Amino acid sequence: MSNPVAAIGARALYFVEETGRLAVFAAHVGGAALRRPLRLQRFLDEVFYLGVLSLIIICVCGVAVGAVLGLQGYNTLERFGATDSLGTVVGLSLIRELGPVLTALLTTGRAGSATTAEIGTMVATEQLDGLRMMSIDPMHYVVMPKALAMIFVMPLLSALFIVCGIAGGYLVGVYWGVDPGSYLTGLESSITFRDDVVGSFIKALCFGVLVGLIATYRGFTSAPTSQGVSAATTTTVVEASVAILVFDYFITALWGV
Amino acid sequence: MPTAAPDHLRLENVTMAFGERRVFENLSCSFPAGEISVILGGSGSGKSTILRLIGGLITPVSGRILVDGQDISSLPESELRLVRNKLGMLFQGGALLDSLTVFENLALPLREHSDLDPDAVAAQVHERLAAVGLRDVDALLPNQLSGGMRKRVALARAIIMNPMILLCDEPFSGLDPISTRQVEDLLVDINRRRKITIVVVSHHVDSTMRMASRVMIVLPDGIVVGSRDELRNHADPRVQAFLTADRDSPAQDHAVEVLPGAFGA
Repeated sequence: MSNPVAAIGARALYFVEETGRLAVFAAHVGGAALRRPLRLQRFLDEVFYLGVLSLIIICVCGVAVGAVLGLQGYNTLERFGATDSLGTVVGLSLIRELGPVLTALLTTGRAGSATTAEIGTMVATEQLDGLRMMSIDPMHYVVMPKALAMIFVMPLLSALFIVCGIAGGYLVGVYWGVDPGSYLTGLESSITFRDDVVGSFIKALCFGVLVGLIATYRGFTSAPTSQGVSAATTTTVVEASVAILVFDYFITALWGV
Repeated sequence: MPTAAPDHLRLENVTMAFGERRVFENLSCSFPAGEISVILGGSGSGKSTILRLIGGLITPVSGRILVDGQDISSLPESELRLVRNKLGMLFQGGALLDSLTVFENLALPLREHSDLDPDAVAAQVHERLAAVGLRDVDALLPNQLSGGMRKRVALARAIIMNPMILLCDEPFSGLDPISTRQVEDLLVDINRRRKITIVVVSHHVDSTMRMASRVMIVLPDGIVVGSRDELRNHADPRVQAFLTADRDSPAQDHAVEVLPGAFGA
């Protein structure tokens, strides 16, 4: 009887320890962000790598999700003779929930895992130790620009996903006979800037912090072997995805976003 | 009467362990200034660990590590960075940043720690590349270089900030005999021209005995230190066995542990 209890206790302790280490790591990243030099070029390179190279997947997925929402919404609303509300349904779903969450999950899979793998490989090939021996702090040179770039690009990618999703819903809705004017009017009248748009932005920002920190932390602490890098990459995707969904609930519950 | 060179590096009663595994206990040794010292030993004997301790990349369980007279064993990372300005390190795999070109790899420490203008940085980079016998490799990425070229670029980067002490971890591993000789000659040349204290970790006995002014052999129960000639005439059979690469050497016993039943016998 004691073994399962001990195992649960060990897992709980491990979770608390890892959360503490992640918090200390986050404090170091924050401290590094305040130190000179600013590493603007490194930050912009990472914005390009994490953000610009994610544009196509975000646009394609945004249009696809918007189209599905448009189709499902149209079929449901048609039963009640309320197809004019399609713009409201698609817009609110995307802005309040699906936009930030799906963008964060997609970015975790594409950019978060790549970030972990890159840093983990640098650990395994002693590149981070090489930086240390040149008196260059790897936290400042490698980790901080990547984490900040992730935080910066997440709200922008989320906004793009939402715009593409609304366009996808519009195309499907209009194809099935929804009046274009009523789609856009419903969208405009039902969405408030403060509650919906700002809330969506905050959500995406929080997800950016989560993915950025988890991805860099797992890479930085990965075992210096190919198996270690592989395990760290998998852990990043799992932990970041779970964290996104759990935090999504709490942000929604606490702020009503 | 010639006086002995002062020690640039000194380890005093250093004990090192990774988790439960003790690498060595109460190790004391020193490396004189301006000379080439080579650390020999079997795999897993802790040779590279000594270099990583000197570089402050790992912390000992106990003992003192003196770099140019300063104990670094308990320094915080921010103060270690100042100490590392005196050190250069050639890693076994080169540790070049694989996303940067050769030029950018060499220019990085100069841009980080000096106010040199771009022309001066370029001049320094090309001077160091020429010193290690490389030209027209500026735009190449590390993965486009051969093993020997990568080692030489890494060596150029290690000396670009004019360190007092150069640490070399297995500089000859994975190299063909010609590249081995080139890297060996480079290290000797750097030592003669710049008077840099060089500590080389290697299991390449031939190169070691050609270049080292002082050799340290790490054995399971301690170390043996001496000049090349002293070690060649050393009474300990394990030293002789190591230098002649005798496979029955007791010095190798700790390196390869045959588990009971590993071969089904």
